[in-house]
Amino acid sequence: MDSEQIIKLSALELGKAIRNKETTSEEATKAYLDAIKENDGKYNSYITVREEALAEARIIDEKIASGELTGAFAGVPVAVKDNMCTEGVLTTCGSNMLHNFVPPYDATAVRKLKEEGMVIIGKTNMDEFAMGSTTETSFFGPTVNPWGENRVPGGSSGGSAACVAAKLAPISLGSDTGGSIRQPASFCGITGLKPTYGKVSRYGLVAFGSSLDQIGPMGRDALDVAYMLNVISGEDPKDQSSAPTDKLDLEAVKNFDVSGKTIGLPEQYFAEGMDEDVRARVMEAVKLLEQAGAKVETFPMPIMDYAIPTYYIICCAEACSNLSRYDGIKYGYAPEDVDDLMELYIRSRSEGFGMEVKRRIMLGNFVLSSGYYDAYYNKALQAKALIKKAFDEAFSKYDVVIGPVAPTAALKAGESLSDPLKMYLGDICTVLINIVGVPAISVPCGFTSDNLPVGMQIIGKHFDEQTIMGFAYAYERLSKEAKQ
Amino acid sequence: MRDYEMVIGLEVHCELSTESKIFCGCSTKFGGAPNTHVCEVCSGMPGTLPTLNKKVVEFAVKAGLALNCDITRNNKFDRKNYFYPDLPKAYQISQLYCPICRNGHVDIKTSQGEKSIGIHEIHMEEDAGKLVHDEVTGMTKVDFNRCGVPLLEIVSEPDFRSSEEVIAYLTKIRDTMQYLGVSDCKMQEGSMRADVNLSVRPRGQAEFGTRTEMKNIASFKAIERAIEYECERQIDLIEGGGEVVQETRRWDDEKEYTYAMRSKEDAQDYKYFPDPDLMPIVISEEYLESVKASLPELADAKRERYVSELGLTEYDADIITGNVTVVKVFETAGAKCGNYKDAANWILTDLLKLYKDEGVTPEDKEFDGDKLGTIIKMVNDGKINRKSGKKILTAVFEEDVDPEEYADRNGLAQVSDASAIEPAIRKVISENTKAVDEYKVGNTKNIQFLIGQSMRELRGKADPKTVKDILEKLLSEL
Repeated sequence: MDSEQIIKLSALELGKAIRNKETTSEEATKAYLDAIKENDGKYNSYITVREEALAEARIIDEKIASGELTGAFAGVPVAVKDNMCTEGVLTTCGSNMLHNFVPPYDATAVRKLKEEGMVIIGKTNMDEFAMGSTTETSFFGPTVNPWGENRVPGGSSGGSAACVAAKLAPISLGSDTGGSIRQPASFCGITGLKPTYGKVSRYGLVAFGSSLDQIGPMGRDALDVAYMLNVISGEDPKDQSSAPTDKLDLEAVKNFDVSGKTIGLPEQYFAEGMDEDVRARVMEAVKLLEQAGAKVETFPMPIMDYAIPTYYIICCAEACSNLSRYDGIKYGYAPEDVDDLMELYIRSRSEGFGMEVKRRIMLGNFVLSSGYYDAYYNKALQAKALIKKAFDEAFSKYDVVIGPVAPTAALKAGESLSDPLKMYLGDICTVLINIVGVPAISVPCGFTSDNLPVGMQIIGKHFDEQTIMGFAYAYERLSKEAKQ
Repeated sequence: MRDYEMVIGLEVHCELSTESKIFCGCSTKFGGAPNTHVCEVCSGMPGTLPTLNKKVVEFAVKAGLALNCDITRNNKFDRKNYFYPDLPKAYQISQLYCPICRNGHVDIKTSQGEKSIGIHEIHMEEDAGKLVHDEVTGMTKVDFNRCGVPLLEIVSEPDFRSSEEVIAYLTKIRDTMQYLGVSDCKMQEGSMRADVNLSVRPRGQAEFGTRTEMKNIASFKAIERAIEYECERQIDLIEGGGEVVQETRRWDDEKEYTYAMRSKEDAQDYKYFPDPDLMPIVISEEYLESVKASLPELADAKRERYVSELGLTEYDADIITGNVTVVKVFETAGAKCGNYKDAANWILTDLLKLYKDEGVTPEDKEFDGDKLGTIIKMVNDGKINRKSGKKILTAVFEEDVDPEEYADRNGLAQVSDASAIEPAIRKVISENTKAVDEYKVGNTKNIQFLIGQSMRELRGKADPKTVKDILEKLLSEL
């Protein structure tokens, strides 16, 4: 099979081709490494590209031949966001602070990729410490959206989204603290799932907002994403917040019938401020599902007004504590010629962190300070409880809740760096989901008049990935049929 | 000068003697080359997460029950955020909002009588590492071996009014932890540390004075000296028209004075918040009952039982129960030989002297109570005499020999056969006619001399009482 053919295949198709000996893991890995070499100069979606993956692919080919590896993704190349620890492989978090950090251990999700027999071809670019919605805050330069060179890919998993969209990886892993998988998936026209909090182990994921962070798959279609979830999910003794859950039934995903299922549309998700094209594409998608027999109803979710402040207080509070360990002493960036401990701290953190990270560390320290704790952090926890309640009520009535992923399609490069508040407000549709901990998927649902992809967000009940994956796959099928 | 009284509250840190650390699988063993008991979790590598060692909760509940506390059913861990190179995550996982134990008390005895000291709370937390300053290179290095060793912090109410009370309380806490087997509380290894909060006020005044805090004082003696010094310093200050400043002070045990480290103005804001990586720990009724059932008999109960059931004097019972290692030796030896009073006597007159002479504590040098029991039994059965018993005891103490084998090898078995003893005594009688004659005319004290000579003739291997009996019989026949 030649490189061009290989690169066109979905991850499941590629895995099947490898198992059927139509190609090999080595051939596939080489095809992608070549494609990266040729094209990633334009996108900057990778921070680290692993030439040594080729040798690993050869070993995997042997294991597939001997029957040791039998998984559907065995031999398939994969890209991993650079905030997941990879043993012996640079893990930078997109930051100068960790520009030289090589972890001595694998994140649990990474270990599971290896156990499946996947080949890690590289580590993808991201907003520094996953803080940002555009992949422009990376120490290693911005990533460019394959749909337009002056467009951001979204973020923070912009590299993981762009590499899949540009066919520089068949599938990737991202992480999502407030929309960091779904929003770049939407901006880049791919499928991205944020699983239920606790579905995938966070062990080895460099922490940002510990109560919100979740690793998830980013792929070309719903089935790739569904299978990838089965590869990486599961309870992990190393992560006490992980939970025992069932694997997805992939046949049931394929045979899912939306007829008779109920969809709730929160009014606030379609309110003013939403881009007209985005609203139209999502409503057209909902219409398709309705025509297939789903019952659709709008409902008010006024608590959404509190989403942004609640989210930013919680994630910044957790972040300021999580990022305190970067002190120039143990690993990562350390300035030279320091006279005393205080200077070491100040210079390590002033020079090692970028602007957005420092902004959030300061915000976090402020809301946790004595005298302000009750007014901010405690209030945010109370709001969190109310937001959870609103979702519980919605899910007592609906099987899924649907809305846009973001108020707009991909933004122009540089726009939001100058206006952080605007960037924060762009997270309005996604952050609620992390606060509640439920799963949500971004599914491509057409284009704006500027030919930029639009994503539909399908939100499910806790640990009910089965239903949202069923909806996602059903929609994919319906929209294909509609085009024909 | 007015009459002042001191008011003291204590924060005691005990390192728990779990096999592994509180949030990872690393060993808690003391010593070890720097950074050898370390993994990615306890060294604070990016992306790592804590997993709670359930043994720590069990030990904390045990300690809480033994110190008469209420046990918190819904527990959480909080992060205490501060920067210091010995704290690799830059936060310590501790408990601020829901400490595992509250409202306890410890009953102490001092020369002033009995008193109950309140315990405000006990919480679980992780220890930090250690900085090592190298004088030669001027470098400071960090050793993370102690990072993540589980600690209990026991916070008392400000109920102490003298250093004597403080020492009595600390002794009681240490004994209790040792009895429970939850901490070895060795101050010299840092597994027990105390912070002393001290203020003074004119006697009779209701409100407290301004307090200072003295951190990490490393021995009972140093604590006593630090309290006396700091109390006098504060009184002198007030009497001289000054004011006590709320601050943290360091006790220098060599120079015997305290000096200011940081004042209240520099006090850190630790920005505590609940640790999102650790799930709440719920303590069920069943769990609590099972821990209660597993509690060992503690010092007070043992002391009472030793007196009432085993017939020990209160003094002897006090000394034995004052050290849990000695208790173990006592109970094992008593069970082995079937005579607890003898076991107590041997321990108090012989064994403890061996420890004292060598300048070591029972914890430092283990002694097998079973072997002591064997020795006592051999003596009581007349197989060896007491003197040989002591000889064997010393050999066990020094080389941990087997008592019976040692007795055989060194020919210590007692000659109890009269036919073997009689000729020797006859020989003594015939060689000491002067003493025998005097004895016959009423100088009965001479019997001791003759026994001594006989024992010498028998090379100490006979039971002195048997020798006396035979000697008296033979003398009366003369």
